[in-house]
Amino acid sequence: MRALVCVKRVPMTGGRIVLTDDAQAIETRHLGFASSPHEECGVEEAVRLVEAAGGESVVLTLGPAEAVEQLRDAMAIGADRAIHLQAEGEEWDAQATAAAIVDAIRADEAEHGPFDLVLFGNESADAGGYQVGLRVAAALGRPAATGLKAVAVGDGRVRCEQEVPGGRDVYVLPLPAVVTVKEGLNLPRYPSVPGRLRAQRKPVATVTPTRPASRLQKLRLVVPEGQGTEATVLGHGADAAPAVVRVLDELGVL
Amino acid sequence: MALVLVEHEAGVPDDASLQALALARELDPGSVLDALLLGADGAAAADTLGRHGVATAHVAEHEALTGFAPDAWARVLVDLAERSGATVVAAAGSERGNEVMARAAARLDEPLATNVIEASGSGPWTVTRVRWGGSLLEEARLDADRALLTIQPHAVTAVAMGDGAASVAAFTPQLDSGDLVVRASERVGAPTGGVSLADAKVVVSAGRGAGSTEGFAGVEELAALLGGAVGCSRAVTMAGWRPHTDQVGQTGTKIAPDLYIACGISGATQHMAGCKGAKAILAVNSDPEAPILSSADYAVIGDLHEVVPAICAAIREARAS
Amino acid sequence: MSDFPARARALVIGCGIVGNSLAYHLVEQGWSDVVLVDKGPLPNPGGSTGHASNFIFLVDHSKEMTQLTVESTRQYGELGVLTVCGGIEVARTDERMEELRRRMASAKAWGVEPVSLVTPAEIKELVPYIDESILLGGFHTPGVGVVDSLRAGTIMRERATEAGGLAVFPGTEVRGMDVEAGRVRRVHTSRGTIAADVVVIACGVWSPLLAAMAGAHIPLTPMVHQMIDVGPVPRFAQATSAIEFPIVRDMDVFMYERQDGTSLEIGSYAHRSIVHAPEEIPSIEEAALSPTEFPFTQADFDPQLADALELMPEIVGDESVGVKYAINGLISLTPDGMPILGETPEVQGLWSAAAVWIKEGPAVGKSLAEWMVHGESHIDLHSSDVARFHDHQKTRAHVVARTTEAFPKTYGIIHPAEQWSSDRGIRISPMHARAEALGAVFYEAAGWERPQWYEANAPLVERYGVEAREAEWDARWWSPICSAEHLAMREHAGVFDLSAFCIFDVQGPGALDALQRSVLAQMDVPVGRVVYTPVLGPGGGFKSDLTIMRLGDEEFRIVTGGAHGMADRKLFRDALPADGSATLTDLTTAWTTIGLWGPRARDILASVTGDDVSHEGFPFATCTELEIGSQLVLASRISYVGDLGWELYVPIEQGARLWDVLWEAGTPHGLTACGIGVYGTTGRLEKGYRAYGAELESEYTVVEAGMARPTVKEQSFVGKEAHLRHREEEPAAILCTLTVDDHMSASGVKRYPLGREPITLRDGTPLSDGKGRRSYVTSAGAGPSVGKHLLLAYLPPEHAVEGSTELAVEYMHERFPVTVAVVGSRPLFDPENARIRS
Repeated sequence: MRALVCVKRVPMTGGRIVLTDDAQAIETRHLGFASSPHEECGVEEAVRLVEAAGGESVVLTLGPAEAVEQLRDAMAIGADRAIHLQAEGEEWDAQATAAAIVDAIRADEAEHGPFDLVLFGNESADAGGYQVGLRVAAALGRPAATGLKAVAVGDGRVRCEQEVPGGRDVYVLPLPAVVTVKEGLNLPRYPSVPGRLRAQRKPVATVTPTRPASRLQKLRLVVPEGQGTEATVLGHGADAAPAVVRVLDELGVL
Repeated sequence: MALVLVEHEAGVPDDASLQALALARELDPGSVLDALLLGADGAAAADTLGRHGVATAHVAEHEALTGFAPDAWARVLVDLAERSGATVVAAAGSERGNEVMARAAARLDEPLATNVIEASGSGPWTVTRVRWGGSLLEEARLDADRALLTIQPHAVTAVAMGDGAASVAAFTPQLDSGDLVVRASERVGAPTGGVSLADAKVVVSAGRGAGSTEGFAGVEELAALLGGAVGCSRAVTMAGWRPHTDQVGQTGTKIAPDLYIACGISGATQHMAGCKGAKAILAVNSDPEAPILSSADYAVIGDLHEVVPAICAAIREARAS
Repeated sequence: MSDFPARARALVIGCGIVGNSLAYHLVEQGWSDVVLVDKGPLPNPGGSTGHASNFIFLVDHSKEMTQLTVESTRQYGELGVLTVCGGIEVARTDERMEELRRRMASAKAWGVEPVSLVTPAEIKELVPYIDESILLGGFHTPGVGVVDSLRAGTIMRERATEAGGLAVFPGTEVRGMDVEAGRVRRVHTSRGTIAADVVVIACGVWSPLLAAMAGAHIPLTPMVHQMIDVGPVPRFAQATSAIEFPIVRDMDVFMYERQDGTSLEIGSYAHRSIVHAPEEIPSIEEAALSPTEFPFTQADFDPQLADALELMPEIVGDESVGVKYAINGLISLTPDGMPILGETPEVQGLWSAAAVWIKEGPAVGKSLAEWMVHGESHIDLHSSDVARFHDHQKTRAHVVARTTEAFPKTYGIIHPAEQWSSDRGIRISPMHARAEALGAVFYEAAGWERPQWYEANAPLVERYGVEAREAEWDARWWSPICSAEHLAMREHAGVFDLSAFCIFDVQGPGALDALQRSVLAQMDVPVGRVVYTPVLGPGGGFKSDLTIMRLGDEEFRIVTGGAHGMADRKLFRDALPADGSATLTDLTTAWTTIGLWGPRARDILASVTGDDVSHEGFPFATCTELEIGSQLVLASRISYVGDLGWELYVPIEQGARLWDVLWEAGTPHGLTACGIGVYGTTGRLEKGYRAYGAELESEYTVVEAGMARPTVKEQSFVGKEAHLRHREEEPAAILCTLTVDDHMSASGVKRYPLGREPITLRDGTPLSDGKGRRSYVTSAGAGPSVGKHLLLAYLPPEHAVEGSTELAVEYMHERFPVTVAVVGSRPLFDPENARIRS
């Protein structure tokens, strides 16, 4: 089993998003960073698949120099090595990102052999484009299933469960394949200290792709109009209960 | 002309698709607006679509299109768009809409703007789209031969205007075996009964403030009293106190109840992206400065372990009298 | 919650451990109308208290910090939020073992018991998951505990509220302060404006911003302390309380490990100094966690993981144990590592209660309440006084430089004389170039670069046969040249650069009364007299000691040490009459001081001035103006080194010239440039002169210090009642001079105590006086002219017996025999003061 999982470094936002002065990005001075939640489950799944079947799990990201932190995070919970497509400056759109990942996969596969499974998050937490994984699949000519809450590999196939209203749709794809997963697929483990230490020694291959002109060019970011008025405070502590009941009654949910 | 992929259930178009039609129509009021429906029963939507400005409802009929086959859908959409010379191709920003449009964009090697709430221009286009599950908006320029868009649900109002029915053009699309590799083959895990989080009229959630799995007792009791469902924040899921199926948020379930009661939840953007559809929000929080208070309609300042049992008692009392 | 009040006796800003404790103790001590506000929610408003690791190690080398810690622990215990689990500071190196032995001495000096040195095997028994094979030993304090600081704050608020004295308002942000005529009047908050007699800033890392609203300074900076939490630990699975095993401080790698329920918390001070500005702290809404929990920077912590793994492989090396939580927690650090307490010198009525850690919080609250209500606290807080800072020490650059330098030393081994390396060269004396030419080794005093000794004097070491010190620790930050300079001064004469003095003029019709009220000595003396006097607190303890020259009927000049000068300035400013009939002018940077002492001092001075400098013409303890060449020099005949001589004051731009004139005239007389090693230590100790902050503290009385004069002036002064009472009582302790009889240690190396060591019976039994105070070395140093190593210490009367050989000094966990050489203030060298009065 050879699995590649692609992650994106995103800020962990608090209760209020603040933008940089040029409105091109989120002010991240106070914020930590992580892989998008869906992708954290993707990493866990890739590691589990390789733990079960043997092989190699590789983590890839396209992002700034600091994104190596997310690669190390993934390797701390068990990914074997990492590919860093180092990209500073302006954001890459989905098409450009997918193209760079396709190049990287082809290059890596030429050296190490094909990946049975390439995992993506269903959509990134920040841009939410819903497309990089599918573009990569199309370019590689591999089948892809999206929005998965369960993945099982066996007999050269991957059985996928996609959450839909009223249940789960099952897809069975031949390998090699691409899957995009959702949080809830598994509960990612916490890295152990030995895992962290091992991650420091695991190899990170760095490539610096050139950013093509963006065809979906971000002009500026806008924080949506205020969520409205301040809440009506019904009271403090247990004393507020009668006022709450009156509101429930008014709303017709009592 | 503009072409919109319309999702439907037995010929009844869903709201999000009608909203997509509305945006496509606004984008270029003078041009022809066509719809694509997959499945023979799509023809039944002709009346509704006509009222929403659709000239022709293209209904693709193919024996292989019984289950959802996203590559096949994308192929049909791309072929029709190319055949009809559509300059705008749009769909709802639903799970399926986004998936089919992404696959179509990959086939066409064109950019795709997902979850758009506003669009203008005629190539290049200027779009406003949703980021961070709605906590942030992006204005962007779309440089493409053909604008591929998905429309954020509930961002545009679908208004019926005309009264004529759309004409129906049924056709059998050309599909190869390669288009049918990815296909939903069965459906499992039917709902288990009880009130589902997505459909509940009342959702009672708790966050880190619950403190433990056991800390949800009061929240469960309140949800039961109101015939609602129990939710939680991502912190709770990550701590392993509740299953991910209970998670409300950008990467959990997005809910739209009549009342959302959020207890001990600070209101991180990740969470608010999942509950902004609620008609009313009541926050129970010990922190009067908690971000959720600027989104909530009502608030009780206090510890959830004290406040929630008191509310339960007050409800029982009110019902008894 | 009641309506927000329009006025308060005291408004305390900040519901962390300090604000809660202060509000509680103010009510305890009788104040009402106390209002406590915080921007954040309760019980955890989001400051550093909320993410603290909450453990308390009791022993610090600083007496003040140890006293605050011990008192805080007592309060936590009384509140029922203390879990005693013990703590072990472990050593991986010989150097650290020596430090732990020094800790044993500090524990005995400050009365923290029990403590013990433990072997690796004993550590293993207490902490079974440790790898003892990498350890040399440990310092075990069974009384170490973990507290619930949030709960403690809640209980304190509840008690004070129930007592009717306190109203608490969370979610109340302070937005501005009105200062009128130098006093804080009103505070504007998000709930409205409140007038208050006293406003206290207890806002932790935010404090500088609050102080700035009133034009005051609280020079601290938020800095990162990294913590991670790993679990679940199988060994802790059955834990019935949050902590059952002792806390381990792995001192050599600057880390600690403690059980927290089923997890192990690992904290580090080993990472780079990560300084943030108070302005950078996000709002509660913006912050992903709490405002003072910054995102974890993994790369900074990575190197520490290996250290933790090495010490506790069973837990940290367990693959099933995950890193569940990791933060960069903000803590408050100050340029000198001490808290910032007291009324700000800039704004009357505005107090600081900042830069306080969990282990000191409750005691700081109590002590500040005592200070506010009664005028002073039981624990001497002078090292923490907000008024201590000189202007340059209030700057952001200085704070950042010093805290950046200090952070890696949090668990470091700090020599008592250790000098700062950052932000030096701020204040340069006019004689600096001369000093550099003589190879001066500069120590810092109040920002001044001050020669400690001169390498050019190295040949004197051989000439006088001064012994070097064998132990590196004893010889660090010291030179035998100090003793050689001392002997040269005693034989001929020495010249001293005393630029670091603070100099204030008090002038006007009300000047005499203002000074009379402030100091112990009679100030209504003839013009031209120089008066050395203690300054007392209300309880009769020492607040300062200094000299005052009467330059005119309505004109006095105060000369005091640089280190404590700013606090003295506030003290005298506060004592000025409200009617404006006296003023205080700070002339520190207008005048410089050169000292000239030694048997040939008069010959030298006489050779450069035509004025009468004979004993009769210029008696001791007088001052007058001399013409030296083309300079008018204010000369004051006093001595802190025990030899004939003068302090000479000239405008600062003329200092170099005066130095040159004296140097040229002095050369034929054997004049030697002498450093502060002579002025502050050897010369002083031979004469038994007391120093503020060492012997003189608010916990000791004038009588105990042996400084009571035959009579007490009629005029009233601060502390008079208490002083009169002390004169009637038998002193509980008497300040004595001790000599070390034998320096030889068990390892065959001569050792020289440096100060702050316990004085014990020869069997090691510590001495406690009638007030429960331990006997310890207040100052230590060579007495080159008496050929002994000298120690000053307060002894209980029954042990204060001249010639007694029943005592020992405990140094590095070894006892060295001492003799009580002098009881009281009689000098060991030249007891008749013949030299000074010659």
